[in-house]
Amino acid sequence: MSNDAYLAAYPALAERLPGQDLAWLQQFRQSGLQAFAAHGFPTLRDEEWRYTNLAALSKTQFAPTALQTAADDLLAEYRVADAALLVLVNGHFVPALSDLADLPAGVTVLSLAQALQQQAAKVADYLGKAVAETEHSLVAFNNAWFADGLWLEVAAKQVLSKPLQILHLVTESTALAATRQLVVVNQQAEAEIIETFVGNVDSYFTACVNECFVEQNAGLTWYKLQAEASKAQHFGGTYAKQARDSRFSHHNFAFGSLLARSDVHSDLDIASECSLNGLYLAAQRQHIDNHTRINHLKPHGISREFYKGVLDQKARAVFQGRVVVAEDAQKTDSEMNNRNLLLSSDAEIDTKPQLEIYADDVKCSHGVTVGQLEEKSLFYLQSRGIDEEAARHVLTFAFANEMVDKVENSSLKALLLKQLLARFSGIEF
Amino acid sequence: MLSIKNLHASVGDKPILKGLTLDIAPGEVHAIMGPNGAGKSTLSHVLSGKSGYTVTEGSVTYNGKDLLEMAPEIRAREGVFLAFQYPVEIPGVSNIYLLKAALNAMRKHKGLPEVDAMDFLTLVKDKVKLLQMDEKFLYRAVNEGFSGGEKKRNEILQAAVLEPNLCILDETDSGLDIDALRIVSEGVNSLRAANRSFLMITHYQRLLDYIKPDVVHVLADGRIVKSGGPELALELEEKGYSWVEGQV
Ligand SMILES: Nc1ncnc2c1ncn2[C@@H]1O[C@H](COP(=O)(O)OP(=O)(O)O)[C@@H](O)[C@H]1O
Ligand SMILES: [Mg+2]
Repeated sequence: MSNDAYLAAYPALAERLPGQDLAWLQQFRQSGLQAFAAHGFPTLRDEEWRYTNLAALSKTQFAPTALQTAADDLLAEYRVADAALLVLVNGHFVPALSDLADLPAGVTVLSLAQALQQQAAKVADYLGKAVAETEHSLVAFNNAWFADGLWLEVAAKQVLSKPLQILHLVTESTALAATRQLVVVNQQAEAEIIETFVGNVDSYFTACVNECFVEQNAGLTWYKLQAEASKAQHFGGTYAKQARDSRFSHHNFAFGSLLARSDVHSDLDIASECSLNGLYLAAQRQHIDNHTRINHLKPHGISREFYKGVLDQKARAVFQGRVVVAEDAQKTDSEMNNRNLLLSSDAEIDTKPQLEIYADDVKCSHGVTVGQLEEKSLFYLQSRGIDEEAARHVLTFAFANEMVDKVENSSLKALLLKQLLARFSGIEF
Repeated sequence: MLSIKNLHASVGDKPILKGLTLDIAPGEVHAIMGPNGAGKSTLSHVLSGKSGYTVTEGSVTYNGKDLLEMAPEIRAREGVFLAFQYPVEIPGVSNIYLLKAALNAMRKHKGLPEVDAMDFLTLVKDKVKLLQMDEKFLYRAVNEGFSGGEKKRNEILQAAVLEPNLCILDETDSGLDIDALRIVSEGVNSLRAANRSFLMITHYQRLLDYIKPDVVHVLADGRIVKSGGPELALELEEKGYSWVEGQV
């Protein structure tokens, strides 16, 4: 089997993973390992992976690397102003590169390794509770392989005055950066997290799982900027459990990597609100797969989902948006939209919105569009003296910028705009 | 300034313009009237370079150059401006961005440096006032959610900022109430200059009460079937288009 190399390397790695003395954790990891051993990485035969081929993960054996603590230009480039900075290099939290001076009051930040030493019982209460290893074998893989990560807990009623930026950096070729973040936002608390993925080497494998617990009447805003290096393989899943009256809003910017799969799932309790926004830009031979699931479990939940994609050259993207409304989830109000702009006839989008409704008194809608730039818009701009290429860039930028415009954090917005403009040369805004 | 000779144009294999001849001298205002489907918008599109039309015969000379050879953006930079009958909504692109990009494209074409940011703002605000628009329109997406009248006003705002040599107005008056018609007409009149010509397409005579044309043409079935002074418009209004169509 093609995943044998990972399995063969595991015993030696396991000895170095944090939490050796915790029987429950050993069991958790073993169970993940067995699930991964049984299934290997997901394949095209798995329904939720039909369009995404992970063969590259088996061809190269990505492996954990030693700790690296040298500063890197990318840290400065991707740093968001006025936020506490938590840096993970090659999958390990590096306090020396982080900036905790700006840590707002009311939040506990620990590396996951530290948390397993200092408060193992608490970690046990949350680890694996927002996503099960049965979700798919990359989650199982992460359960067994995660080497570090973060524990973030916001105390009840604390509204964080500053965002927390989690910056994942990879600096070693063929590195495996497997991390687990546990984020607990207690009752009536509010937090904003900016998750950034970058790398300064070509090829590596990010395998990141975030579990979020948004407690009663609490709010969590999560921005993800995936700007991985051009040959990187990226898997990043964020799984939220929303208690009643809670708010979870996720903004997913997928710009980088060769192959990326992102999961954003949320389970909604009574009268909770979930908003998922996304923008994927793919060119050349990039493949970007976005998988979202909103589970309305209880009545009066509200969900809004809006993903946009721009695909050029031979790029391929997948959008699978699933909304499940349980029998008990009466008065659910849900909207889902996916809009795609195809700039090349070789680009491809597989978009699959799915509504599964088991309750009878609900308001649910979904819509999908796939199109090209409109001739009449191009002509209008040309008739004002703007050449065709610039007109195409302006219209494409405008299409994508709608999602950047929704970002309230001005420093992050500037960073996103810069990334966007770099793609569409010759326009100034 | 503009010389159209025996222009034939089709969409697919359907001929729409069938031998249209028209000369406009600098500073002149020509009105073109005609029934629906006569080919008025087609003429405006062919002049501004919209794709989808094939010129099968004839020529268009603009300031001594072959207009039909030029890409649409070059025509614009050379001073041809079309105020669209149906202005296009461009979500995500602000009016002010478009105005600035367009103005700078013209300036670059003329070998001038980019417009100074402050000068630009002063200029634009001046023109906004002229058209009695709210400055907020500058920061809204081009034509998005504008009423019919606001869209038409916005077209004239662009003309006022870009200062074209040849201004083609395609039914700029339709959809305007009487106040808006007056404001738009005042905007157009303020643009009249010795070196600026107008080709004003309209369906109704009432626009000509506000903007006095030098020449009125009647376009029917792809040809100019009658030309005359402003009195021709009145005569048309009275007798209806069947009168000229009968003369084809
Ligand atoms: N893209 C097109 N495809 C087919 N027919 C067209 C197209 N554009 C215009 N026409 C036809 O050409 C004729 C003239 O149209 P148009 O120039 O819009 O007329 P006007 O502006 O005078 O009302 C009409 O019969 C119209 O249906
Ligand atoms: Mg028309």
